[in-house]
Amino acid sequence: MSGVEVQNITKRFGRALALDDVTVSFPDGGFFGLLGPSGSGKTTLLRTIAGFHYPEAGRIRIGDRPVEQVPVEQRDIGMMFQNYALFPNMSVADNVGFGLRVRRVPAAEERRRIAETLDLVQLGGLADRRPAQLSGGQRQRVALARAIVTNPKVLLLDEPLSALDKSLRVDMQIELKRIQRDIGITTIFVTHDQEEALTLSDRIGILRAGRIVQVGPPREVYDRPVDAFAAGFLGEANWIPDSCLAGLDLPASPQGHRFAVRPEALAIGTAPDLARNALRGRLVQRVFAGAMATCLIEVEGSPWKLVARDRDIPDLPGAGEVWLSWAARDTIAVPA
Amino acid sequence: MADLAAAMDRRRLVTLLSPAYLWLLVAVFLPLSAMLFFSLLTDLPQDAPDWGLTLDNYGQFLTNPTYATLLWKSLKLGVMVTLACILIGYPCALVLARTIRGRARETLFLLVILPFWSNSLVRIFSWAIVLRGNGVLERSLDWLLPFDIRLNLMFTTPAVVIGLVHSYLPYVILTSYLALQAIDDDIIEAARSMGASRWTILRRLLLPLSLPGLLAGAVLVFVPVVGSFMEPRILGGRMGTYYGTVIEDQFIAVYNWPLGAALSFILLAVVLLIIALASPVLKRART
Repeated sequence: MSGVEVQNITKRFGRALALDDVTVSFPDGGFFGLLGPSGSGKTTLLRTIAGFHYPEAGRIRIGDRPVEQVPVEQRDIGMMFQNYALFPNMSVADNVGFGLRVRRVPAAEERRRIAETLDLVQLGGLADRRPAQLSGGQRQRVALARAIVTNPKVLLLDEPLSALDKSLRVDMQIELKRIQRDIGITTIFVTHDQEEALTLSDRIGILRAGRIVQVGPPREVYDRPVDAFAAGFLGEANWIPDSCLAGLDLPASPQGHRFAVRPEALAIGTAPDLARNALRGRLVQRVFAGAMATCLIEVEGSPWKLVARDRDIPDLPGAGEVWLSWAARDTIAVPA
Repeated sequence: MADLAAAMDRRRLVTLLSPAYLWLLVAVFLPLSAMLFFSLLTDLPQDAPDWGLTLDNYGQFLTNPTYATLLWKSLKLGVMVTLACILIGYPCALVLARTIRGRARETLFLLVILPFWSNSLVRIFSWAIVLRGNGVLERSLDWLLPFDIRLNLMFTTPAVVIGLVHSYLPYVILTSYLALQAIDDDIIEAARSMGASRWTILRRLLLPLSLPGLLAGAVLVFVPVVGSFMEPRILGGRMGTYYGTVIEDQFIAVYNWPLGAALSFILLAVVLLIIALASPVLKRART
């Protein structure tokens, strides 16, 4: 196992700058989520680490080995593709054994490792099936088994769960995390699904327009975003209108900063809670969704959102004036 | 209720399929039946009023060993041309489908199809000009190489093979190209990420996955080449007597339509038999 270091990587496609001087460190054995909107360069970064693209400038290290000039075939990586890219002409066992056969692993060991890996992803009985005979979740497991069977230095996942439906996706998230922890492999994955990134990763990198915006543990990035983009992209942010700043307990000077509050940090009531930061708003809608409820509120013309357990929201008089309050430490400050 | 729906379904099916079946009837079944009928006649009705039915025409194939010899020669020609088309066409399709992108691909593709759009007679006579003694090929080689070159390819089996390969190569390229192009790039990238060399990818993924296309192309080449007569006649000269040219002679020179038709049906039967015998092997290769 080994970590991955990316230093000052620049990658262009024609005139478009896909990666602009990106430096990130992917710790050994960690689960790193690359998050960003489409076109942010997250997939390009993953594919550059894999070796499908060569960067114009910068260095990449996998473990102690500089690899920026090494072709994919020799980088010793495991990669899982969005559509799984299973070999349709081979059985599950042959799919998983492909990388072993390429490495000329002896037949007996090959069989043993195929069986072991299929057990790890809980596909023991399906070795002789064809990919076409498998369900989406099973294909996903085959793709994972195929990527890890050769004990690669790093596991790269390109939107690994986006092709699954929601309930299966949650199961697979837990499963993926378990397997990653079991074998302790350095894992980098790309997603545009913030919830998935928060669930799986122990570090998150947010990309925008080919640049790294912020890197850190999920909680840190969520609680202390470095700028307005990070605040709005990972989780939702209610921006406090400038006209309302007076009288609030703020963590930074109103000059040169903007302030936001997360939807779940808010409490709602018919009277101001004077011990906390409070703002007046107009309730637009209350949406019941089982255990949780969402309230849409208009504060000085800007739309706010509150998320709370439904039982924690008091009965409110239809649509009308409400007070929102939150603890001062829950205010997020970012440079304007 | 269900019966009614089923009946309506059936009626709709019949309506929708009838143009296709009508076309097959007019364009394939009727002419073939007419030929089958001819192959069983003693004489053409318009020539001899006392014509009758006979199996003699088929019997001739068995009594005169020349026909079997020529059929064998034609089958060998078919195998040779098909192999040459595969050896040249598959790598072409591979490069076209997997390496070249964008504008260049369209241009090259057009160049591949171009032989299809030129008149076959013009094509064959052009080859005659190139291949004949002191022709374009010999003169260019003479000019390039320091020693004297005497190829004299005209009126030889290689000349026939060259002409046929040129005519039928686009089939193999087209079918292989379509099959290769349909293979998902991710599959190839996945194999590369597992450390597979180009050769391994070709042998274990590209070739097996595009085999149906390659085989379709091979069949499309093999069948008409076995019955071909124009290329053998013009480029083969005295060497160019094949099963196909004999059939042509029966229709055009000797005017013995019944024998020509019988020989044609024997050819059809042999080709169908070969494909039927080969199909289990091919099917196994596909999986």
